Amino acid sequence: MPALHIIALVKWVPDAQLERHFTDGQLLNRAEGILGELDEYPLEAALQIKEELQKNNDDAAVRVSALTMGPAGASAAVKKALQIGADDGYHLSDEALRGADIWASAAALAVAARHVLDTAEFADDAEFLILTGMVSDDGESGALPAQLAERLGVPALTQATGLRLELDTDTDTSRLVVTRISGDRLQKVAAPLPAVVSVTDQANQPRYPNFKAIMAAKKKPVTSFDLAELGLTGTAVESKLRMVSADPRPARAAGEIITDDGEAGARIVDFLAKERLL
Amino acid sequence: MTHVLVFFDSVNAALTGAQQELLTHADALGEVSVVTGSAAEAVTAPLSLEPVENVYTGETAITAPDPALADLLETAVKEVSADIVLGAHTPDTVDALARLAVRLDTGLVTAANGVTSTGVATKSVLAGSYFTTAQITEDAPLVATLRPNTAERMTTPGAAPEVTVLPVSASGSLEVLEETELPKSGRPPLAEARVVVAAGRGVEGDLSLVEELADELGAAIGASRAATDAGWIDHSAQVGQTGVVVSPQLYISVGISGAIQQKAGMQTSGTIVAINKDEDAPVFEIADFGVVGDLNEVLPQMIEEIRRRKA
Ligand SMILES: Cc1cc2nc3c(=O)[nH]c(=O)nc-3n(C[C@H](O)[C@H](O)[C@H](O)COP(=O)(O)OP(=O)(O)OC[C@H]3O[C@@H](n4cnc5c(N)ncnc54)[C@H](O)[C@@H]3O)c2cc1C
Ligand SMILES: Nc1ncnc2c1ncn2[C@@H]1O[C@H](COP(=O)(O)O)[C@@H](O)[C@H]1O
Repeated sequence: MPALHIIALVKWVPDAQLERHFTDGQLLNRAEGILGELDEYPLEAALQIKEELQKNNDDAAVRVSALTMGPAGASAAVKKALQIGADDGYHLSDEALRGADIWASAAALAVAARHVLDTAEFADDAEFLILTGMVSDDGESGALPAQLAERLGVPALTQATGLRLELDTDTDTSRLVVTRISGDRLQKVAAPLPAVVSVTDQANQPRYPNFKAIMAAKKKPVTSFDLAELGLTGTAVESKLRMVSADPRPARAAGEIITDDGEAGARIVDFLAKERLL
Repeated sequence: MTHVLVFFDSVNAALTGAQQELLTHADALGEVSVVTGSAAEAVTAPLSLEPVENVYTGETAITAPDPALADLLETAVKEVSADIVLGAHTPDTVDALARLAVRLDTGLVTAANGVTSTGVATKSVLAGSYFTTAQITEDAPLVATLRPNTAERMTTPGAAPEVTVLPVSASGSLEVLEETELPKSGRPPLAEARVVVAAGRGVEGDLSLVEELADELGAAIGASRAATDAGWIDHSAQVGQTGVVVSPQLYISVGISGAIQQKAGMQTSGTIVAINKDEDAPVFEIADFGVVGDLNEVLPQMIEEIRRRKA
């Protein structure tokens, strides 16, 4: 089997369990963050593919790289990915990417992914596979994987609830088999490599880093770069959308809470009738 | 005149509620054309609706996740000189429109509540806690997916639209090995239902009361991840960050604590009613009407009272 380079995209996002807010300039406050919870699933999927291939063949050449785009603090997401098990990490950071929309994020990440594939000290003829989360905690679009695939000229299989790499020993080629839901149908789809796959929280159970893994992560390489190092100018990644306003939704007015005294079911129905919801 | 191109990845014998809503959004903006991956033979009858003037299809049926859907869209955008491209907020449509936005070098807004003919889109973000407005910066079509329950459903009949076959066919670049239809519930589709009754861990595996209530209200059934993970109901019923995001007129939460990931999928609902035996359950923070009580006692009372009123 040819070597395989898997890039897991991980985003550093404000913790959804805490208060999140926009600042005056309509920019999401990104002072603090965590590795997006949903980006642990693609990373786990990458590690499982690597382990599966190495189970059958000790010297199967498989590398898992974690790639993030974000402010300085985002290196924490890369470090966490290394602790979970990625082999090396890459961090694209540039002032011009502040507030990047989907179009700009995909434009930058596509070039960054190419750069990672081209510069990694790894087999030159390696196949590649890019795994992403199903949606980012803050962007919530799920559109990035297809935009990335479009830019890289490869298939996109999104919202995978399961994925596996199938080896054809006759031709020495591998293909992906992905399970996903399309409308009201459950489909199993095969795609040749290279490809982009977004992985849902149904696909696996992400592992926790143990002490040994945390220590080992300290020795793993992290490479940082800015747009210029990718040969990009700020204009090439200028957002196509401008935020006009971002307002907190008025908090839901505290409603009426009653304790059941044997009549609460009827009281709910009264309420629904009053609100014309019956 | 603004030209709106509406994308339906497929069209069945009857349009879905979400598709009918898209036509209302589009009708308010300008002249409406539809492009669909379904084959030309199948589309005239369901699309004979008042605002639809032209329909574009490929030479063959093209189904997701075939990237040829983006080729079809790109060809149709040129054909009608579209100013705005709209689709429903489903993964397959997001994929096709995402590719289109790259090809057109234009902005993409997903899960919008509304768009204007001047390229402004509004949407809820951060799990429904903020409301944002964004404007396209270039003279290029705005591409957007819209959430269901954001417009009336277009049902006004119209003349048969003119159907044009564009020179695009299925690509065969992805092989669909197997396809099975998900079980049908006989209830309204969750994402676009006007009323949702949702069950959590509190129902302890027994959904019969929740089903009875849903039937009295003509509601769809939703669930928390605790309920779907336990296998009490199919994963497709999961409401939340990693499930379906719903925004019905009425959401009735039964035996659900209201974790942040659950709230992310329902807190923009019109009215929220919660039943939970724990008065400290976070769901009460967002409920318009809450009952602290045992669902096994409250639901039968509720069902009985609804039946009494109907009689
Ligand atoms: C990455 C990730 C993604 C997730 N995505 C989602 C998602 O999309 N949707 C989602 O829902 N969750 C999601 N979760 C899980 C979420 O964090 C919660 O664990 C889940 O929502 C809890 O479900 P629950 O409220 O049914 O169960 P619990 O939190 O256990 O609550 C059960 C509630 O039932 C009440 N109860 C028990 N018995 C009765 C009774 N007889 N009568 C009345 N009330 C009763 C209890 O008081 C309690 O409040 C996600 C978690 C992670 C980590
Ligand atoms: N800035 C980023 N850095 C790394 N990965 C990202 C970034 N933005 C999005 N992604 C990946 O794309 C997925 C979908 O993101 P989104 O389209 O924003 O919902 C995420 O789960 C990540 O895996």
